[in-house]
Amino acid sequence: MTFDIAAILAVDGIASGAIYALVAIGTVLLFSVTRVMFVPFGDLAAFTALTLAALDDGKTPGTVNLVIALAILAFSMEAVALVRAGGAKGLPRAALFYLVIPIAVALAVRLLAPATPPLPARLMMALALIVPVAPLLDRIVFRPVADAPVLVLLIIAVALHFALVGLGLLFFGPEGVRTQPLTSWSTEVFGAIVSGQTVCIVVAAIALSALLYVGFEFTLTGKALRATSSNRTGARLMGVRPARAGTIAYVLSSILAGVSGLLIAPVNTIFYDSGFLIGLKAFVGAIIGGLHSYPGAAIGAVIVGLLESFASFASSSLKDVIVFSILVPILVWRSLVSVHIEEEDEE
Amino acid sequence: MSRRATLIVSFLAVVALACAPLLFSSFTISLFNYIGIYALVAIGLALLTGVAGIVSFGQAAFVGVAAYATAWLSALNGYSPWLGLLLAIILTCAVAAALGAATLRLEGHFLSLSTLAWGLAIGFLFGNVEGLGNFSGISNIPPIRIGGHALMKSEEIYYLVLLMVVLSLVAMYNLLDSRWGRALRALRGGNVLVESLGVNAFQTKLAAFVIAAFLAALSGWLYAHMSRFVSPASFDAAMGIEYLMMAMVGGQGSLIGGVVGASIITFLKNAIQDYLPLISPNAAGQLEVVAFAAIFIVFLQYARRGVVPFIAARLPNARPTAPAPAAALDLRAQPATGAPLLKVDQAMRRFGGLIAVNAVSFDVRAGEIVGLIGPNGAGKSTMFNLLTGALQLDGGEIEFSGLPISRAPQRAIARAGIARTFQHVKLRPRMSVLDNVLLGAHGRLQSGIVRGMLRLERSEEARARAEAMRQLERTGLAEHAFDVAGSLPLGKQRLVEIARALAADPTLLVLDEPAAGLRRNEKMELATLLRELRADRLTVLLVEHDMEFVMSLVDRIVVMDFGSKISEGLPAEVRADPRVQEAYLGGVA
Repeated sequence: MTFDIAAILAVDGIASGAIYALVAIGTVLLFSVTRVMFVPFGDLAAFTALTLAALDDGKTPGTVNLVIALAILAFSMEAVALVRAGGAKGLPRAALFYLVIPIAVALAVRLLAPATPPLPARLMMALALIVPVAPLLDRIVFRPVADAPVLVLLIIAVALHFALVGLGLLFFGPEGVRTQPLTSWSTEVFGAIVSGQTVCIVVAAIALSALLYVGFEFTLTGKALRATSSNRTGARLMGVRPARAGTIAYVLSSILAGVSGLLIAPVNTIFYDSGFLIGLKAFVGAIIGGLHSYPGAAIGAVIVGLLESFASFASSSLKDVIVFSILVPILVWRSLVSVHIEEEDEE
Repeated sequence: MSRRATLIVSFLAVVALACAPLLFSSFTISLFNYIGIYALVAIGLALLTGVAGIVSFGQAAFVGVAAYATAWLSALNGYSPWLGLLLAIILTCAVAAALGAATLRLEGHFLSLSTLAWGLAIGFLFGNVEGLGNFSGISNIPPIRIGGHALMKSEEIYYLVLLMVVLSLVAMYNLLDSRWGRALRALRGGNVLVESLGVNAFQTKLAAFVIAAFLAALSGWLYAHMSRFVSPASFDAAMGIEYLMMAMVGGQGSLIGGVVGASIITFLKNAIQDYLPLISPNAAGQLEVVAFAAIFIVFLQYARRGVVPFIAARLPNARPTAPAPAAALDLRAQPATGAPLLKVDQAMRRFGGLIAVNAVSFDVRAGEIVGLIGPNGAGKSTMFNLLTGALQLDGGEIEFSGLPISRAPQRAIARAGIARTFQHVKLRPRMSVLDNVLLGAHGRLQSGIVRGMLRLERSEEARARAEAMRQLERTGLAEHAFDVAGSLPLGKQRLVEIARALAADPTLLVLDEPAAGLRRNEKMELATLLRELRADRLTVLLVEHDMEFVMSLVDRIVVMDFGSKISEGLPAEVRADPRVQEAYLGGVA
């Protein structure tokens, strides 16, 4: 391997690492607040890419119908729960958040899509359409079992991923898509050509991470989220509502997943089922970082990106085998360095 | 149901299943075959996930390793499928042992995620190896032959599948009922307790992991020679979660639940495939996985405990039979009264900058009751954990019966004859009181996994049960032997812990705040029990807060404050010691 090739592989690796980093940060954020390991984040990223591709073609993306279907289901569940608990006066508010807003967004996109608005508008539309998906899924799937053990939540998340893949095929079809790059500008660093897209990816990853950092450190909502992640009961006693904190975490992580989907769409061909590998590689990154640290997750994700890039040079067919095999020694190393806390999960 | 009723029902079920080929079409029988093949994996998962609490998404990969092993040997290299079985078992168990050795020290969700990761890695591997046919797999796998006759038809291989499922179930039920199975059942809820009873938690987990992989290997071998074709798609991540689904739908921790779950899922899948096209002719294929996942999610939301526990709760309970009298287990040679037993020399333990135990030295002699007291934060519990090996010393030495135990793991200390109780009672609340006490005798029994599976350890088991019953009588709990441990009030639960410690036939009993949370009359009963134990030449070291309880009971007292020993002597001496008064009352009035 020459230096030139190494430089090209490194640039590639950092670009995909930055994409994994966004998903990984979302994963960590959501895990710490809700204890759910949201395996389907990768699916959301893929769905965003597919949505953007449909909008580029002036077609109505499948996400529109998906959001409408989920909104109706989520609102029905919320309505039944409210009426049963005797809180029928909360219905208008629930209708606003679970029904009116998501469906309004979906219908707006549907109306605007045939006109093929300019690229920035299309990006915003794709993002706006994907953001409600995870909070709605949270209401439908996880809220009824919010206090279940972490492992049950994990199993549900994995099952949810399979449901989403099936829905993805239904709403988007089997064709792969690749969108236009955000910019055609490029430059040269150490002999390797760095495309504008790569720069966008890295800048977006850094900017969003910085934004999250500021949000967590300096705003009351950020502090409430951190409080919920370190102790649910304690936070509840202080007036933080875990369900609301959870919804905020879902929205934030969805934005991260959505942005990563927008950024990856021009780089890789995305299919309805491409999300699993994106999500799992982000997971590997998050685990390298210890599942509780945002910078750790970001660094871990970049390591995964680099590893994947160099592994694909060594053997392109075995790169996924290599990336997932590496998780085992990493987990072992983590279990050796982390402080052992006896888990009392007697049921 | 009583044991006899269970046996009769099981026998009738097996006879009915053996007659099935006479009644059903070939298609239905082949469906049964698939159920049996999946059930083998699900039984292993019931043991691994339901009993031991290790959630594995990776079983499909083990099935795949076995299926590919036998396919490679028989279809590509022309050897007998029976040789394939041997290779499948050896290879699968070796892979499981290696993966387990690397990952089973991980906790909870980390462990599960690692199973997802290596499951995926192995799945990808099948599709990317030239010699294994890449993504198109291996076809033309020969059928299994018995005495020159090839098992080609589904009715023929049916009996082999049935035999394997029945034998596996019997072996696994026997195993769960044995000494090893008891240790496995106790794993849920943390390692500290099981290690303090002399169980090697890691080895127990590893064995369970390999057993589950062994069953997966049987399944993979049958699958390869029944479908006569293997490809990576049959062993991917989706299949891994489907196996987990089978085990969970059947019932967490229920072995027969594995069979029930495999049946339900297979029939359900079949029904979805049949009926979805009627509802949605264009999108049936896509909706299948959605419907399936949705049903599983709803199941996990509302009926997580599974089908078999739901039914079992509605069957009449068997009246448990008291253990029959049996020969006593061998006893340890107890040291002569007054001989030095425990010697703590300059013990040190730091937590970061805090010195929790600072150069503490004291002795305990055989046959006495020693109290370790001190105000909150004095370091008593840390000292206690150092003695039992739950924490490691930073300096100094601890000797027990002349053996250095400073560096020994908890289970070695337990086996050397120190039995402990916990400040926060650690029982297995869903196991019976008798089973909890039997756990204490783990270190005194020898029979292992194979003897347990074959039920060759019944005489030893009978002796252990009689011993456990004796300890329950000694502590006044005989009437509660078959109650669920979690249903007892706290005072009784503390006594169960003492009975469990006694079942280990200890030389030294160390009790961590045994009187905490007890009512006055319960404390008096406890004091009476401890005096009786001393009369039986047992040595007791207790950490306690309750002064009245300690002063009236113990022979000698060691007082700690801020990590150091500040006084030692007879109760009256200690009470008169100004340093002790200062520590407790903040200065002499």
